[in-house]
Amino acid sequence: MSKIAFVFVGLSVFLFCGCENLGPEEPMEFDLLDGPIDGLSISEQKRFLAGDIAFNDDVFTVENGLGPLFVGTSCVSCHSGDGKGHPFNQLIRFGNNDLDLSAMPTIGDGRNQIQNKALPGFEPETVPHGVPFSILVAPAVTGLGLLDAVPDEEIMALADPMDEDGDGISGRPHYNLTPEFTKIRENSVPQGDNYIFRFGKKANSYDLLHQTVGAYNQDIGITSLFDPIDPFSGLEVDPEISTKTLNDVVFYLKTLKAPISRNQMDPDVIAGKELFKSVQCAACHTPTLTTGYSPIKSLSFKEFHPYTDLLLHDMGLGLDDGFTEGNVETSEWRTPPLWGIGLSANSQGGQMFLLHDGRASSIEEAIEMHGGEANNSKARYISLAPEEKSQLIKFINSL
Amino acid sequence: MYMSPKICAVLFMVHICVSTISAQIKYKDSTKTSMNMDAVYDRPFLTFDKFPVNLGGYLEANSIYSIEDGLSEGLSFQARRLTLFVSASISKRIKFLTELEFENGTEEIAIEFASMDIALHPLLNLRGGIVLNPIGSFNQNHDGPKWEFVERPDVSTNLLPATFSNAGFGIYGKAYKGDWTLGYEAYLTNGFDTSIINNEEERTFLAAVKENSARFEDNFSGSPLLNGKLAIKHRKIGELGISYMGGAYNRKEIDGLQVDTGSRRVDVLALDLNTTINKTGTGLIGEMAYIWVDVPDTFTQQFGNQQAGFFVDIIQPVLKTKILDWEEAILNLSLRTDYVDYNIGKFAQTNTDIGDDLFALTPALSFRPSPQTVLRINYRYQWQQDILNNPASRTATWYFGISTYF
Repeated sequence: MSKIAFVFVGLSVFLFCGCENLGPEEPMEFDLLDGPIDGLSISEQKRFLAGDIAFNDDVFTVENGLGPLFVGTSCVSCHSGDGKGHPFNQLIRFGNNDLDLSAMPTIGDGRNQIQNKALPGFEPETVPHGVPFSILVAPAVTGLGLLDAVPDEEIMALADPMDEDGDGISGRPHYNLTPEFTKIRENSVPQGDNYIFRFGKKANSYDLLHQTVGAYNQDIGITSLFDPIDPFSGLEVDPEISTKTLNDVVFYLKTLKAPISRNQMDPDVIAGKELFKSVQCAACHTPTLTTGYSPIKSLSFKEFHPYTDLLLHDMGLGLDDGFTEGNVETSEWRTPPLWGIGLSANSQGGQMFLLHDGRASSIEEAIEMHGGEANNSKARYISLAPEEKSQLIKFINSL
Repeated sequence: MYMSPKICAVLFMVHICVSTISAQIKYKDSTKTSMNMDAVYDRPFLTFDKFPVNLGGYLEANSIYSIEDGLSEGLSFQARRLTLFVSASISKRIKFLTELEFENGTEEIAIEFASMDIALHPLLNLRGGIVLNPIGSFNQNHDGPKWEFVERPDVSTNLLPATFSNAGFGIYGKAYKGDWTLGYEAYLTNGFDTSIINNEEERTFLAAVKENSARFEDNFSGSPLLNGKLAIKHRKIGELGISYMGGAYNRKEIDGLQVDTGSRRVDVLALDLNTTINKTGTGLIGEMAYIWVDVPDTFTQQFGNQQAGFFVDIIQPVLKTKILDWEEAILNLSLRTDYVDYNIGKFAQTNTDIGDDLFALTPALSFRPSPQTVLRINYRYQWQQDILNNPASRTATWYFGISTYF
């Protein structure tokens, strides 16, 4: 046989043996927001995978129920890489500017969220004239299972609605009526028929099933067994997503890992951590929470570091969009977790769109836009020396 | 059938152009001046004495090992295509050819081409049936054994549909002068449908229309897709083609009821080039395409209204010699560059660039024991950005493949 043929065959074998070494390396785990929490069983990992596919790969079309009015065509279109969303797929919600007004302005089947995109031949919705509204950018979805497993008692222990300790911070939980399909957490502490809601910018979802059912229905126009009302027609229709898929997505969201902090040994980060406490950022952005019992073993009785208290706070006039949601005042927002904030740019196209509507393009800007209960902390931040500010920002970026 | 004045004008201009040239030329043996438009007939066929039917086909199979961002699904083997051709000279000046393709075993079985040609004059041939839309060059010249790469070019598969054929009719012809050949094609075929902006790719995706098998019996938009191509070839320089296809992709009315606010168009312009540098024997093949799709402003920006892309293959024979019993075995070193931007434009909310693009480099080593058979080793490294321009996902893929006519 000719040498050339030997060379070709030999080269083929050599290249195939070496192919493992010529591929791109896996990104470092702490640079990624996606991936499961540690310790899932094989059967849990299979459920995670099924939810991962539904969340990240399923795209809705006319044929499988999209719209006809919608905000996005898939989960991932708003939650790229499981991180914060981009303003191009923004949500717009509206409402009363006063909790005491009983008649809530609604649209379609009683929604307070417009569907601002439409299939060809349909007209997207617009905010009713003269009604206050908020633009919302989708939040990151990592670590939600841990937040879901925090007992009510722990949230209540952080609350200080009357500011009895006089620190100017008066967080309160959002109590509201749960939808019929909700399975109430064990050891919940209700106020009458109202339970603590903890997910969403204004804490308007009780749990991840509530949040997911609402997102499919309001954002994509997909009905389910739990919410069979088509948001366009207002009529009950067959479920457009199976209950199994919905449950898989909820499981996926519950078991997404918490963001992994980075550069914790950097002296600036260590100094920034101290400043975070002394400036009193930590009064609302509570560093550490603990879960109670969860049927998912990996979530049970875990200490974790989300930097949120899951409470509502008055954020002042600057962040007051003038609309209420549930029992949340116009200027109140639930403390967003800060974990993973340093990776936001990786899911927002290389830029940061922070705060509820993405108006802040950096952490510094976001801090300076705080008001209300955060006024004192903001003033302390502003008075820091430039180097200290830099250390504080480095620390927040490291979360 | 209603034909718009614009379509009539284009067909008339093509006719004038070709007629003018025809007055100045002599006819030559077309086999020496083969162009991309001839690719469907420019294949090896088995012929049988006194039997008017010729048979042929090709097979493509490969192994694939892919690593995306450090994770691999392992090694797979793929039987990508088994294609059968049947051609027949029905009578003088009338011929027929069909191409039947089995993709991935029997996952997809398609008639890619089935047309009857009537030769009235070298400049004027009639063609009807299932025709390959003459957009770019790859769509017509796509046989696996002709290429040094296992994967088809991205611009020709993910931007333009490949292989894209439709029921329709048209004309084609060629004219010759010296070393120059001018060819043209003009067809009216069934066209696109709304799947191009309603699909699970979550982007404007012309190839989605291939899922609609009814396109061979029903023109979704009700108005024909105009396809036209002009190509010029110099025997010592190469071939340059410019092609266009366009038409409506939606229906404004169904059963007399208005179902959309207006007629929406898709327009595609493509340029293709192939040449060989005589001194070095280096082959260059390239194609670029630009697509305009009328996407309603009220739809999501996920679906772009402009797309563009190109590929360039550089093929360098490094050895031509007798190996074993193969008299003219050739070893080629090649490089393909792919680029596709699925969504050109800026986000309305932020005025920042929309991403959704792909760039890939594919070095290749191919061995041709004979011109009709190729063994290929390819290594493709791809960078793909999502719509937001987040850090690119990187994929490296190894291929070992064979492709042969039979």
